[in-house]
Amino acid sequence: MTNFKTTILANQEVAPDYYRMKILAPEFDRRVRPGQFIMLRALEFGEPLLRRPFGVFQTGSLPADCDGLPDKEFLEILYKVVGRGTTLLRGLHEGDRVEVLGPLGRGFETVAKSGQQILVGGGIGLVPLYMLAGELVRQFPVRMLIGGRSRKDILMVTEFERLGLETYVSTDDGTLGNAGPVTRVLERELDRFPDAAVYACGPMPMLEAVNGICAARRVALQVSLEAFMACGVGACLGCVVEGAGHSEEDPRYLCTCKEGPVFRAEELDWERLARRVSEGGADHE
Amino acid sequence: MNSPSPKGKAKETGPDLSVALAGLRLKNPVMPASGTFGYGEEYSSYMDLGRLGAIVTKGLSLRPKAGNRTPRIAETHGGMLNAIGLQNVGLESFCQDKMPFLRQISTPVIVNFFGNSLEEYAEAARQIDHIDGVAAVELNISCPNVKEGGIVFGTDPTAAAAVVGQVRAVLNKPLIVKLTPNVTDITLIARAVEDAGADAICCINTLTGMAVDIRSRRPQLANGTGGLSGPVLKPVALRMVYQVAQAVNLPVIGVGGIMTAEDALEFLIAGASAVQVGTANFVDPAAMIAVIDGLDRFCRQERVPALAGLIGTLCC
Repeated sequence: MTNFKTTILANQEVAPDYYRMKILAPEFDRRVRPGQFIMLRALEFGEPLLRRPFGVFQTGSLPADCDGLPDKEFLEILYKVVGRGTTLLRGLHEGDRVEVLGPLGRGFETVAKSGQQILVGGGIGLVPLYMLAGELVRQFPVRMLIGGRSRKDILMVTEFERLGLETYVSTDDGTLGNAGPVTRVLERELDRFPDAAVYACGPMPMLEAVNGICAARRVALQVSLEAFMACGVGACLGCVVEGAGHSEEDPRYLCTCKEGPVFRAEELDWERLARRVSEGGADHE
Repeated sequence: MNSPSPKGKAKETGPDLSVALAGLRLKNPVMPASGTFGYGEEYSSYMDLGRLGAIVTKGLSLRPKAGNRTPRIAETHGGMLNAIGLQNVGLESFCQDKMPFLRQISTPVIVNFFGNSLEEYAEAARQIDHIDGVAAVELNISCPNVKEGGIVFGTDPTAAAAVVGQVRAVLNKPLIVKLTPNVTDITLIARAVEDAGADAICCINTLTGMAVDIRSRRPQLANGTGGLSGPVLKPVALRMVYQVAQAVNLPVIGVGGIMTAEDALEFLIAGASAVQVGTANFVDPAAMIAVIDGLDRFCRQERVPALAGLIGTLCC
């Protein structure tokens, strides 16, 4: 992981309130694992004070063109404008300067031996699944289940399809793909492939539902969690989640930034996670 | 405390950034504020920890502590609120798992600690006094986020003197006492702490604050209130450091909103012998190195041969 100042190569709106930002990041590609994240902040403004965490969508390189400069290696993030930090981020342009810390955290484990790999992404939660899909599809049949509230919350379908995955879209309001929750498609696919491995990222209620389904069927599940955090390196203890077996007497807090953001489902205390969500605090970006 | 003239010819070897603090000689005055730097190791890939003036650990207690429910942090304009609740691994695990790493770092290690009662404070101090490789202790009587954790002691001069006295009685290592700004007159507490045997005073801890989620109409932090830190705090911290430095004959460690070398210099001039950097470590993990480099650069530009010569030189 490194701490560096760099330049934005592009910052484009891909759907209302959803943006795709390309950032110059030499040698990042070799170090990042699917599911890892960066902490990012614009250098131009005095705010926000803290960098914000963003999952890495993909890495790549722009070939040298007639400018005679070497290939430009980049990393890409996708974000939804939800608060002050992302509102400021939306206003940035090519050439603006940012500070980046990363890659951070524990990514997905891709140790499956065989069988179907099912990826479940809800809304902006599909971001960390893209690199994972690219890696898995080289060895396994991969199914990508994309869910969202409405048509405008469904992103990057073409990109996922281009990787060579079977892609299924569902929306809560039925404006695109299947009408209903993405978990209904998951159940259907697990009926067909009971030995599949599942990887999920999305809003907490979706993750809970996915966990319920996978636990009942004894299907291996990895989830990527979101949390507001200050440092990204395991020092502030602001982003902790309760691990399995946690109690007041024997605390088992896990840092989302360091021990996560990807967890095996059995590492987490799902009952407490659910309570946390119902108590609010989910409005953070 | 002041050398006769802060200005003069800089040596060819570069300016002397070292400072004296409670019997310790620090290579420079910059150290992390407790709770913003973990146990040091978390930041080892972003800097040479040996360049720091000292390392201050996360606040420790006799037994491990779970901390508060989440959400524990929220950003506010120019700062952040936290209510971590002193989550820590406990002294035993600290000795076993964290000290071996810290002993390898060529800079003094300062252990921050807290307790629930006078007895717990004393017992923790007794144990820390025996830890090999700990240069000094920082007594936290100022955490605003837990019922225990000290603020009960830190807001009353008599109670503050009692806890400092208990700890002093069992501690041979230098004793730094960290004060809260959540009082009417911080100099009353500072004097009480000085009389009770402290070797240095660290001020300030966070200022109690709050943020509200307007849609759920709930506090943004699960704890309700939290400690405000970051650049928004600096003028308040600077004022209190100045007042305390005037009121006592102990060295003062200034802390509160320091983001840059210029901020640190303000604290030194106002009377601080050393400074702690807190929230800035979250914003940029290499922030303290930038502060140290900036102090060096300032001394060269202004032809200050020894940084210590600037301490307490405020003209008023």
